Amino acid sequence: MQAVLSVTGRAIPLDRPNIDTDQIIPAVWMKKIERVGFADGLFQKWRRDPAFILNQPERRGASILIAGPNFGCGSSREHAVWALRDYGFRAIIAPSFADIHRNNLPNNGLVPVVSSPVVVEALMAASAADATAEIVIDVVRRVVSCEQAGVHEAEFFLDDAAHHRLINGLDLIDMTLLLDRQISNHEAHRPDWLPSCDGVVHLSPTAG
Amino acid sequence: MRAKTLVEKIWDEHVVDQNDADLLYIDLHLLHEVTSPQAFEGLRMSGRKLRRPDLTIATADHDVPTEDVSLALQDDIGARQLQLQIANCREFGVELHPMGSAGQGIVHVIGPEMGLTQPGMTIVCGDSHTATHGAFGAIAFGIGTSQVEHVMATQTLRMAKPRTMAVTVDGRLRPDTTAKDLVLSIIGAIGIGGGTGTLIEYRGECIRALSMAGRMTVCNMAIEAGARSGLIAPDETTLAYLEGRPRVPKGDQWARAVGYWQTLCTDQDAVFDVEAVLDASSVGPQATWGTNPGQTVNIEGKVPDPLALSEPAERAAAQRALEYMGLEPGTAMKDIPISTVFIGSCTNGRLEDLRAAAEVVRGRRVASTVRALVVPGSMRVKRQAEQEGLDEVFHSAGFEWRLPGCSMCIGMNGDVVMPGTHSASTSNRNFEGRQGVGARTHLVSPESAAATAIMGHLAAAADLT
Repeated sequence: MQAVLSVTGRAIPLDRPNIDTDQIIPAVWMKKIERVGFADGLFQKWRRDPAFILNQPERRGASILIAGPNFGCGSSREHAVWALRDYGFRAIIAPSFADIHRNNLPNNGLVPVVSSPVVVEALMAASAADATAEIVIDVVRRVVSCEQAGVHEAEFFLDDAAHHRLINGLDLIDMTLLLDRQISNHEAHRPDWLPSCDGVVHLSPTAG
Repeated sequence: MRAKTLVEKIWDEHVVDQNDADLLYIDLHLLHEVTSPQAFEGLRMSGRKLRRPDLTIATADHDVPTEDVSLALQDDIGARQLQLQIANCREFGVELHPMGSAGQGIVHVIGPEMGLTQPGMTIVCGDSHTATHGAFGAIAFGIGTSQVEHVMATQTLRMAKPRTMAVTVDGRLRPDTTAKDLVLSIIGAIGIGGGTGTLIEYRGECIRALSMAGRMTVCNMAIEAGARSGLIAPDETTLAYLEGRPRVPKGDQWARAVGYWQTLCTDQDAVFDVEAVLDASSVGPQATWGTNPGQTVNIEGKVPDPLALSEPAERAAAQRALEYMGLEPGTAMKDIPISTVFIGSCTNGRLEDLRAAAEVVRGRRVASTVRALVVPGSMRVKRQAEQEGLDEVFHSAGFEWRLPGCSMCIGMNGDVVMPGTHSASTSNRNFEGRQGVGARTHLVSPESAAATAIMGHLAAAADLT
């Protein structure tokens, strides 16, 4: 995975709280078996309205989304992140994120920027007033800046594990497999009564 | 040894490595057809093996048609996904209960009924309602597809230890009130972001009095309060459910397991990060009025007035919700006409839920303006219900009796609510467009859904006597 040291770009201000993953990507898109090609599904319902901000020509090319609290609540679907990524977003700024979604973002190289409500409000207002306003997210130092918003190197929260992975471009599975011995050691000491599965594809309609 | 909460005890038993975040061993990995294809593909492309096929089980639930399984072939994209699941499970040696098989059902219904869900386990699935399994005193939570691939390859997850929240419910539920009404009340009280960053432990007299099905309903919807998951400490009720079930330990192993499970409770002096206390006796049958599960009210009550909300964001959200739902403030909930009733889902699709609904409709007829369906949570539930004659009760009343699946909860399989119409649903989410484009969902208990089907407008079971 490519390292993400910073994200600089124009923003889309979406000043709504509790944007759930059904709004980010409708369930029908989860029938896809590929990991790409989700751009058209992003905020699909809201985009049907010509006045919706994503449909404004001056907003084209934005790479940062600014949202209200509890962004990404509801279903765990990672398809929501794939839609954001395929559309062109590289970072989401919000006062808070739903846990599962916040974890899904860095697994796809996107940065969840948890900023204070005051900073988010300033960024939201600046971006709403000026589509060309540029936001600079320094992932390494975990600070965000925007001249038009009067925000200068405001600290944001990004958990240490996600931070480490993003700035080093690490593949999480490779990292974990280095601990194969420790995993095997745990397995050798698990209680013997724990249940197991039979590995069989049960195609026939008899009781199984 | 410092005092620990139940969550900490289970968590600490499963930590393999600590570095930024804990590496947690996963005792059971549940898969369904919609969030696993890309994970299997990732495994295949990187040439990695599935580490523990013996701790992995799959079923088809989100996408399956509930009328006739041959209908699956008409939806090319859906059919491809189901066929791919069979091919993937064969290739990687994973137990699968596909559409049409005797053990098929909603993933969070089949796990417990098979005896796979047990106290003290860590259980994950690419589905947020994995929280359901917490009812057994397990740490069970939803994960994204990248994490599904990680568990497949390593049988572990790198997770920051969650904060803990105690939701204590004192007193007893009124006779006319169910676990579903209780959890809607809890979400209404703590808010849809109230549990964010935490794992909720439900405690108190009222929780102890719930059956396993009731506990599953309550844990299932912890996610709607923003929590990662919810759990309830195991007790005699849990043991009674488990004993003798297929994959539950027997004989000497049972005795040793029970010995361990009895240690699974929060220590007397343990401290929670967040606490909330509610009184069960103040809860009555609920129905949501808005577009998130926290926007709930007593069925006896009225659609609230957004202007009465002081917080601007909350007021704007309520106004938006009422606009979408086509509702006026001050309207009596019981005046809202309902044209679709759905009884099912991982929240309320178990035998106990179907029995309760059947009792309400026995000898009565669904209103002529209502389309009502019952979707059993699994083939096992369906068979047991048929043995008890519940299918005939529903059929005589004018309900459609379907095959198991997620169905109208998420509307992926064609079971949808028509635009602009109102539904009463025993599922867990009433977001805009959840049950279909423009669908207007009211979340209710099975008993209330049954009463609503008879009356043609939102109603509680007591309204029928």
